[in-house]
Amino acid sequence: MNIANLFRIAFRAINNNKLRAILTMLGIIIGVASVITMLAIGQGTKESIIGNIEQMGSNMITIRPGADMRGPVRQSSADMQSLKYEDYEAILKECTYVAEATPMVNTSGQVIYGNNNTPTSIYGVNDSYLNIRKLEIDKGEMFTETDIKTSAKVCVIGKTVLDNLFPNGEDPIGQNIRINKIPFKIIGTLVAKGDNNMGMDQDDLILAPFSAVQKRMLSITHLNSIIVSAVNEEMSEAAIEEITEVLRNQHKKKATDEDDFSIHSQQEMMEMMSSTTGMLTLLLASIAGISLLVGGIGIMNIMFVSVTERTKEIGLRMSIGAKGKDILWQFLIEAILISVAGGLIGVLLGVSLAFIIEHFAHIAVAIQVYTVILSFSICTAIGIFFGWYPAKKASNLDPIEALRYE
Amino acid sequence: MASDNNIIKIENLKREFVVGGEIVHALRGVSFNIQSGEFVTIMGTSGSGKSTLLNLIGCLDTPTSGNYYLDGYSVREMNRNERAEMRNRKIGFVFQSYNLLPKTTCIENAELPLMYNSSISAKQRKEKAIEALESVGLQSRLMHKSNQLSGGQQQRVAIARALVNDPVIILADEATGNLDTRTSYEILTLFQKLHRKGRTIIFVTHNPELASFSSRNIVLRDGRVIQDEQNSDIASAEQILATLPKEENE
Repeated sequence: MNIANLFRIAFRAINNNKLRAILTMLGIIIGVASVITMLAIGQGTKESIIGNIEQMGSNMITIRPGADMRGPVRQSSADMQSLKYEDYEAILKECTYVAEATPMVNTSGQVIYGNNNTPTSIYGVNDSYLNIRKLEIDKGEMFTETDIKTSAKVCVIGKTVLDNLFPNGEDPIGQNIRINKIPFKIIGTLVAKGDNNMGMDQDDLILAPFSAVQKRMLSITHLNSIIVSAVNEEMSEAAIEEITEVLRNQHKKKATDEDDFSIHSQQEMMEMMSSTTGMLTLLLASIAGISLLVGGIGIMNIMFVSVTERTKEIGLRMSIGAKGKDILWQFLIEAILISVAGGLIGVLLGVSLAFIIEHFAHIAVAIQVYTVILSFSICTAIGIFFGWYPAKKASNLDPIEALRYE
Repeated sequence: MASDNNIIKIENLKREFVVGGEIVHALRGVSFNIQSGEFVTIMGTSGSGKSTLLNLIGCLDTPTSGNYYLDGYSVREMNRNERAEMRNRKIGFVFQSYNLLPKTTCIENAELPLMYNSSISAKQRKEKAIEALESVGLQSRLMHKSNQLSGGQQQRVAIARALVNDPVIILADEATGNLDTRTSYEILTLFQKLHRKGRTIIFVTHNPELASFSSRNIVLRDGRVIQDEQNSDIASAEQILATLPKEENE
């Protein structure tokens, strides 16, 4: 018995029972399609989150003052004044894995220009901030080191602030705005970045020399945070270690002392996000996987019915010379053909469904080739697995009994 | 074995079944030989053991004791697969209920035994199937599906299927049992024609009328051969068919 004949026989059998074959396939089609769609949605979400984080600068590291004990009272980290400009200088000087760094003081307040005003956040930073956060100047220019040294009252504004203060499209460059009643001159605008993945407007901000914000607006000597960028993503961990070392030295901490600062990298953020979406993907995929399993059991069911219904045919085939293994292969190939055909249709359906979802529901999807191959091989395996038992049963029939079966 | 011209050699064949803890002796020692070119009817009432004998001759079953040689091969020593191959190469079955594959064309039905013979190509298979269908007078219905055929035509397809592998013996089990008188004689005419062409045929039936159309008649009762005689005066089914009134619908 050659393989071509077995396929021919199995194909004819399916052809003779099209409706039943299609109904059986339906289970597999739905299973495979849902696995592919769910994995595409999961992967798409993950990629868009990672993309968002990368947009903010994936090698960015934030250093904040840590909570510390004043006597028996634990202080809020925001109230701590442990980060100093000297810390920033030390990090920049001593840490080899740090590419760029900026001190940061931040506040918020009402910004006024003419008849318009808007509440926004004001970040006092240096000129490295643009590179670290991957921001770009749209019009005008960024403030310089001289501006920082002289605590110049100049600023760069984000798109949202621009739209709120200059609704008629006037040229903002050179205009004076008042931030918490202190006049600042606009010397540049930022290219819009849009919302981040947590729905926060990344364009609702004003950048000013940190010295101006620190001295003229807040009248403080400490820093709220230090933002640095590692030389690359992979070096984030090493950079964090270096910074910890440097800051502990700076703050004269003994080995037993707690850190009085905390360091967070985007890397951590990304890992957290990935694990969340990974969990989501796993959940979606396992639900879809269950439907694939149910589809497989559907195949087994139908194959059993088919074997019983075609007992006489099996008897005939055996009487004209079919061996047990010919019958086994016939039914097994039938099951495999059904599941592979169902798998193919399921792949097509799943892929188109993913695109439809992307188009109409605006959910990012990403179809990975491995998921297509995986679900396809799984459904072939299901065909073999669930087709085996009924096929074995058929091949073990006694031809005499089978011929007599009514 | 071919030297003595015996297609079938049966020696003291016994077959016992255990049914509900009791041993049932279906065959209690049957011996006979069948030579090439014979047309043998095996007759017997229900329970005489003729079905058991048919299953043994057809290599579907193995005897409890005794020997059976088909075309020189000892079937008793064969395993399941060897017997399947034996059925495929040496035997053509014709059943009472035709046993055609439903919704399948005459050619596909007729070529079925050759599907299980990997030494035959698809082209040869089709040629042989058409040849067999022509020999049973169905050349005009090659592409008809089995459910579009009358009972007589279906049985012809079944006979074509039995002929397609060029078997040494054709085993017919009540092959006219489901057919009306006229169609029965048509099928008998076909069998007689095949016999004249040199085919060896075993026709198992409970109907004593059919004995007169064969060349030899074996009668079984209670698992034993009670009669085994040659028939020198073979009646012609074709002649009887001519005397029957023609029916409009056939």
